[in-house]
Amino acid sequence: MIRLEGVGKRYPGGNEPLRGLDVHVERGELVFITGASGAGKSTLLRLIPRLERPSRGQVLVDGANLARLPHRRIPYLRRRIGMTFQDHRLLHDRTLFDNVALPLVIEGRPHAELRRRVQAALDKVGLLAQSGAYPVTLSGGEQQRVGIARAIVTRPPILLADEPTGNLDPALSMEIMQLFRQFNQVGVTTVIASHDQPLIDALGHRQIHLSEGRAA
Amino acid sequence: MSISALAKRWAKLHAHAAISSLGRLRRRWPGSVMTAAAIGIALALPAAFVVAMDNLDTALSGWGGAPQASVFLETTTDPGQYSAIAASIGDSDAVRAVRLITPEQALAEYRRSGGVSEPLALLDRNPLPAVVVAKLSPGLGSAAVERLAAQLRDRPAVAELRIDRDWMARLAAIIELGNRATAVVALLLGLTVVLVLFNTLRLDIENHRREIEITRLIGGTHAFIRRPFLYTGLWHGLAGGLIAGILLSVAVALIAEPAQRLATLYGSGFQPVGAGLAGTLSLITTGGLLGVGGAWLAVARHLVAIEPP
Repeated sequence: MIRLEGVGKRYPGGNEPLRGLDVHVERGELVFITGASGAGKSTLLRLIPRLERPSRGQVLVDGANLARLPHRRIPYLRRRIGMTFQDHRLLHDRTLFDNVALPLVIEGRPHAELRRRVQAALDKVGLLAQSGAYPVTLSGGEQQRVGIARAIVTRPPILLADEPTGNLDPALSMEIMQLFRQFNQVGVTTVIASHDQPLIDALGHRQIHLSEGRAA
Repeated sequence: MSISALAKRWAKLHAHAAISSLGRLRRRWPGSVMTAAAIGIALALPAAFVVAMDNLDTALSGWGGAPQASVFLETTTDPGQYSAIAASIGDSDAVRAVRLITPEQALAEYRRSGGVSEPLALLDRNPLPAVVVAKLSPGLGSAAVERLAAQLRDRPAVAELRIDRDWMARLAAIIELGNRATAVVALLLGLTVVLVLFNTLRLDIENHRREIEITRLIGGTHAFIRRPFLYTGLWHGLAGGLIAGILLSVAVALIAEPAQRLATLYGSGFQPVGAGLAGTLSLITTGGLLGVGGAWLAVARHLVAIEPP
């Protein structure tokens, strides 16, 4: 489903988080990307929806080589990939409902379908009762769950999560990870970048450890 | 997906953009009203010029438009010949119509206008000559007018000839100048409207930076992100056009009465008219088009630069 071949990423100024990385994630798999901060976990995830372009090597998503993807097709690639961020990336002047609805609004979905899907997604992450609230009134863990609801509301085949348990206590972290596991169990290819080693070990899925820009 | 489903989706995306841009305007209404007012004033000025030139045109066409020649006949001419001479002058291709003013008619008119009737009464006979007023064909070149003048002067019955073409030529030049000035003013102020919107939209885009970034992040197309900004430009432009129409109507209403009094003094029944419904609609349309144009420039310049961090 996701294949990285000899991928290197070098930023202007000399910082080089990835140096010849080979990664293959099977369809329907759940994989953890681990490694110290600065090991290139976020960069790896950002290559998949083409938020970044590799300096060298190839990225293939569902058989399509992203280097050959025309610019105007990028939005459609991103619609098939749900992604959550450590800093949530929510719109603070919109309610939870509107935040989660955004990916459906972009696709021009009919109102009834939009309403049904948003409510289902918010229900799934346990925030249906707060759908009219604004993100600032929520805790960090709740905001992360809003981000997850937004990522899965279109039922994408791929789900990426960048440090989803960043600042959460162990119990909340486990709750969030269980959510991702549930999505994976219905066939969503899931890649989670995290440095919470004990939690990851406890869950027992395949791990890709990044060190000095390579898979160790 | 079927054509009708695609059309429905397209309509839905546009409705969303139109409504969400209206919502943005409502949230920042004082700024929006000021922008629309600036656009309105910038549009009202050239529109006022156009209306003024149209009115000038109407007022002048009431005076006959084409130049005319006054042919003064020798006082020795036999009165029985007046009509025949007038008709023969009228036969020329360069002459559209002729009107004969006999010495008696001329005297009566002089008496009516007053002032000189007393000295005239002292004379034992009418000193005024007969005059044939010839309206020249419109669009006559100066060479043709010259040829006609020479022909008329050659006639033995003609004592003197006056052609008011100099005055008409000056007037035509003034109108041409007015039209040209209107075009220049319209161009400059149209450019002003585009620049005002460009700047408004630039700030608007900056204010929505985070939203644009997140929308790109989750797969919003360039068209989707651009659309509400283009609608913002459209709404501002349409509102500006409407304000311009209102300003113009008020201005014409204020000017109408003194203008009519002036026209009456010149013996004309001329009444000034405003832009009318068609004029106002075209003003609003122009505002809308310039609005979208300015927004498009701002979007092309500033929106593409925003990528998710």
